[in-house]
Amino acid sequence: MEKKIMLGNEAIARGAWEAGVKVSSAYPGTPSTEISESLVKYDGVYAEWAPNEKVATEVAIGACISGVRSMCCMKHVGVNVASDPLYTMSYGGVNGGMVLVAADDPGLYSSQNEQDTRAVARAAHVPVVEPSDSQEAKDFMKYAFELSEKYDTPVILRTTTRLSHSQGLVTLEDRVVPEDKPYERNPAKFVMMPGNAKGRHIYVEKRELAMAADGADMPINRVEMGDTKIGVITCGIEYQYVKEVLPSASVLKLGLVNPLPKQMILDFAAKVDELYIVEELDPIIEEQVRSWGITCHGKEIFTVQGEYSANMLRKAVLHEELDLETPAQVPARPPILCPGCPHRSVYTVLKKLGIHAAGDIGCYTLGAVAPLNVVDTTICMGASISSLHGMEKAKGKDYVKKWVAVIGDSTFMHTGVNSLMNMVYNQATGTVMILDNSTTGMTGHQDHAATGKMLNGEPTYAINIYNLCKAIGVANVVEVNAFDTVELERIVKEETARDGVSVIITKSPCVLLKGNVFPNKCVPIPEKCKKCGMCLRPGCPALTKNEDGTIAIDETMCNGCGLCKQLCKFDAIQTEKK
Amino acid sequence: METKNIMIVGVGGQGTLLTSRILGGIALHAKYDVKLSEVHGMAQRGGSVVTYVRYGDKVAEPIVEEGQADVLIAFERLEAKRYAHFLKKDGVIVVNDQRMDPITVVTGAAEYPEGIIEELSEKYKVYSVDAMAEAKKLGNAKVFNIIVLGVAAQHMNYTKADWLEVIEKTVPPKTIEINKKAFEVGYNL
Repeated sequence: MEKKIMLGNEAIARGAWEAGVKVSSAYPGTPSTEISESLVKYDGVYAEWAPNEKVATEVAIGACISGVRSMCCMKHVGVNVASDPLYTMSYGGVNGGMVLVAADDPGLYSSQNEQDTRAVARAAHVPVVEPSDSQEAKDFMKYAFELSEKYDTPVILRTTTRLSHSQGLVTLEDRVVPEDKPYERNPAKFVMMPGNAKGRHIYVEKRELAMAADGADMPINRVEMGDTKIGVITCGIEYQYVKEVLPSASVLKLGLVNPLPKQMILDFAAKVDELYIVEELDPIIEEQVRSWGITCHGKEIFTVQGEYSANMLRKAVLHEELDLETPAQVPARPPILCPGCPHRSVYTVLKKLGIHAAGDIGCYTLGAVAPLNVVDTTICMGASISSLHGMEKAKGKDYVKKWVAVIGDSTFMHTGVNSLMNMVYNQATGTVMILDNSTTGMTGHQDHAATGKMLNGEPTYAINIYNLCKAIGVANVVEVNAFDTVELERIVKEETARDGVSVIITKSPCVLLKGNVFPNKCVPIPEKCKKCGMCLRPGCPALTKNEDGTIAIDETMCNGCGLCKQLCKFDAIQTEKK
Repeated sequence: METKNIMIVGVGGQGTLLTSRILGGIALHAKYDVKLSEVHGMAQRGGSVVTYVRYGDKVAEPIVEEGQADVLIAFERLEAKRYAHFLKKDGVIVVNDQRMDPITVVTGAAEYPEGIIEELSEKYKVYSVDAMAEAKKLGNAKVFNIIVLGVAAQHMNYTKADWLEVIEKTVPPKTIEINKKAFEVGYNL
């Protein structure tokens, strides 16, 4: 059989395809995005981008009720958005199998928190499987569909950034599409009103007990008996660190991490002298194991923060003194807006006007850091608009005239639009800036309902954000080129001074968007340069100072946006054809 | 074979992903077990990025840890210094001799350290190359990363033919010829 090197996320998509999945819906979010991008390339699967994770989950639910295998994918915080359908789908169960892929982000590589999806799953009584490498990512995905149908439940496949974005060898198999399950009307199962839900709640509790009991016989749970001085219970990517450091120890490797196979764990614990629970993030396994009266080592020697590593286990379990070099003290290199990014232009204007921004989730969150320092708050998708509204209702109209909400086009379509409705409905005053760069930027350029293209690349109707805002009832909606700083400044002054709701849509495509061409470059004229540093203020990475204090522009980085030229009062920067 | 550990470090957008995928591809070509670990998302926007490649008879964890790297491929000087402590005592650094100021330096909050290559050379075997200048000679600044890879390839046990075959399979079809040329430049430096 063919072996291929695959990202964890590509392997998840392959597993879904091999399992015969027919419908998939998702909203992009690091580290889950590549699952959908990979899945859409296979024949026989309908895969789409949805505006948000709640919609995606409901699409998958509908497909599964109709009798096919379906899935939805999201990052961990997306599970919060999806939790409304998820909690109730847990009661209703499935017809065709359904899997929700949740990608956690220990170490916060690209997220606003470090939450553990297993905690949500426990609360929602949804089973969770967790693979440890790309091969298992594929295998467990297929097994998750089997579990889903066998136990009449949605199943979560949990991955983490490290697993999703690591590549390993995967043995490819053929796609086997199970026959569609016949659809029969069954309100007791799929109409979750109180009378029906009561009955299903009883079923959910029984199901969980049955899965816990059956766990010992599931191939995804495995005991590797070795030296019994040290026994380790582990799951996910952490298993690999355990194998690096403790190759001869006894290991109980859990593939089913909710519900836990209690008897299997009790039996394993009884056979080893010292028991360690090695799990990143929350002590989900540890707290349950301790509640059964078992003594173990866990978070008191490890941590609830960040990723684990082999070196960390060497220190905590084996008490090894590692002879390591001290890391060099070097200047930090945090992520920044790209050269030519339209967000930089918008923030330069806001900074000049001394305006605070209630921020949102996307590249433009980087407006919170030096040298821009414009964004004051970032919470979750859509929160910029609703939190601005809250400020106004707390402090009044005049207070909020020194503020704007700043949100990207994809995030606006995700949940921002609801918040805008709330402003109109409740007679708010406030200015919302939609930074429309025609894509979902941070996650790597995914289309959405306002770009005119679907996940499969086919053209579609592009929802017009201007018309949408008008239809909601926003009286003042203005579109402006993000790089026209003079006009933008005038508009921001005018709109923030108003009573009522204003929307300013700043338009300019993401500089990294495929097909974008940049005919110009910015060129310094050293003779005219007064070394004032105005052009450096927005923090464009293409600009540096020469030793004599004049400006240098790296032509390999410059995209010719001209923001620096607009800021120079001495005409010491000009744009030229590349 | 004992597992070999390679790290590729640089600034988001410099092409660390493509380079690690070629390194993964060639290990697979040589029938090793291989794992790679990458950075996507926010850090890719001009931040410090690191990718790991591990290959051998059987590889467990996908990351290279401190004190374990055999080869550190650095696309920028400061990033070489930032990650040098990941190297083994006799480790090799292949560094693109280029300075890219992080925003902390641009804003004046920090200073870009001087003498990085000299300092690293005291502890490690350092091979430095001005790959950007070489790439510009080829007429395409973007392929500087493959030139650096070519230099690193001199210190690894694969044949040139293998490298070229894997590059052909990995890079976008339109860029095969220029990438192959870039590799040859680095390999012969």
